[in-house]
Amino acid sequence: MAEAVLAIRDLCKSFGALRATENVSIDLVPGEIHALIGPNGAGKSTLIHQIAGTLKPDSGEIEFLGKPVSHIGAAERARMGLGRSFQVSSLAPEFSALRNVMLAVQSRQGTSFRFFKPVMRDATLVEPAMAALERAGLKDRARVAAAELSHGERRQLEIAIALALGSRAFLLDEPMAGMGPEGSKTLTGFLDGLRREAPILLVEHDMDAVFALADRISVLVYGRVIATGTVDEIRSDPEVRRAYLGGAE
Amino acid sequence: MTISRETAINLVLALLLLAVPFIAMQLGKPFYVTLATRMAILGLAAIGLNIALGLGGLVSFGHAAFFGIGGYAAGILASHAFSGQPLDFGLFAVPGSKLMPVIWAAAILAGGLLAAAIGSISLRTSGVYFIMITLAFAQMTYYFAISWPAYGGEDGLSITIRSTFPGVNTLVPQNYFLICYALLVVGLVLFALLRDSRFGAALQASRQNEVRVASVGIAPFRIKLVAFVISGMITALAGALYADLNRFVSPSMLSWHMSGEFIVLIILGGVGRLCGPLAGAMLFVMFEYILGGLTERWQFFLGLLLLGVVLFARGGLIGLLAGRARHG
Repeated sequence: MAEAVLAIRDLCKSFGALRATENVSIDLVPGEIHALIGPNGAGKSTLIHQIAGTLKPDSGEIEFLGKPVSHIGAAERARMGLGRSFQVSSLAPEFSALRNVMLAVQSRQGTSFRFFKPVMRDATLVEPAMAALERAGLKDRARVAAAELSHGERRQLEIAIALALGSRAFLLDEPMAGMGPEGSKTLTGFLDGLRREAPILLVEHDMDAVFALADRISVLVYGRVIATGTVDEIRSDPEVRRAYLGGAE
Repeated sequence: MTISRETAINLVLALLLLAVPFIAMQLGKPFYVTLATRMAILGLAAIGLNIALGLGGLVSFGHAAFFGIGGYAAGILASHAFSGQPLDFGLFAVPGSKLMPVIWAAAILAGGLLAAAIGSISLRTSGVYFIMITLAFAQMTYYFAISWPAYGGEDGLSITIRSTFPGVNTLVPQNYFLICYALLVVGLVLFALLRDSRFGAALQASRQNEVRVASVGIAPFRIKLVAFVISGMITALAGALYADLNRFVSPSMLSWHMSGEFIVLIILGGVGRLCGPLAGAMLFVMFEYILGGLTERWQFFLGLLLLGVVLFARGGLIGLLAGRARHG
């Protein structure tokens, strides 16, 4: 197996008596979509927060691109190429879609301390941002304020931002949530191609999408990974069926 | 080229203020020149705050500290220039100065250093805590000034003669107005450039959603700190001008009333809008003069006006006239 882009070892996090993450070890290798599934409250978002750096684990190691990143902040991890979408869209609501993506482009160029040149007339910002919007299928909505975008469009915008960052790995927290069937289908096709660019750690409740996309699946229950394997292995795993799938097939 | 409605309104406001002193002299009412100068100076001070508050969403209730330190920089340098005693910093000493550019540079430097110190602690908090901690720092400078007898303590410090500017007779009120007006315009241009720049984009995004800014890889703290320092520098420059206008500086420049007044100016004019602070300052000074002549309780009516703006015209005067702000 190829060298892991993202490797998590023995991660633990408790909130009081609640053990939200318990000895979790998973990795992400180039070219794959690794889906993280589990019932509500299993600790999926908590895990994503710890990987992204917005939550500090109690113990354990997170390695990204071969470097330990446990001690560095969310902004620096993002600059290293850890792109992320949020379970509940998190955007600059007053800014247009374009300006939201331009913020990612300027960060990638490492130049937020420029005080005089107007951004809207800066082709080095506008063009890459437009290209990312086009790839995410939002080109026609570039000038619309993020607050006025539909739910599905906001998810697309988050992905456009992650694209513009030139991410080396994507953490996508329920990108399909709240999307209509048509939107989910489009997004599934898009993510399918995206894995060639950078591997994806995908948290998702939409099982059709997960089974269609995932190369590997890890099942999280009460903060623990109870199984990791291919789609077929997970489908037939008796413990998984009992804990999560409920034998409903 | 078409200009937006807001730009047109901004131009009208700026030209209106520029016209006041000339009309005043025609009418034989030189006092109005002083009023116009006050408008320009308070407008500049509020432009400084507008960078922190309007663009960055940092509700500083302590900008009087920067206004006051600028004023004291002017007063202290002028008093040393008058007495001929150098200003002793322990390790080194500098002579006093009556030259405005030198005084301005000193005020900007002092304001920037103070803002860096206050900001690096205050910006670790947010919301109500940020408001309270900036207030606390400003009150500390206020009480420090009161209890420091070397420069007048509670009584304040008189500036014997207005400072000088090469080639200009600053004692002529219209000339001093023009100096302040020019700096106001510089402040406006700076604000507009900053707002539209990469730095401004990161700053305004931090106001809207800090988590988003961090997740694209920009650390919001550094952005906000630099904004706070620039903000303090501009307000300090306005403080130096204010001291020279009144030829007097006292601890009242540092008091929380002053901080509150700056916030009021911005809310009246339009938070985050280029000419919001100027519109607010013009409205405020006019109100103070006209109503203050009619009743001692003019601030009651100012309160009513503020209430009206907050309830019915959130965007302030500029918002009322030009509509909502647009972000490309």
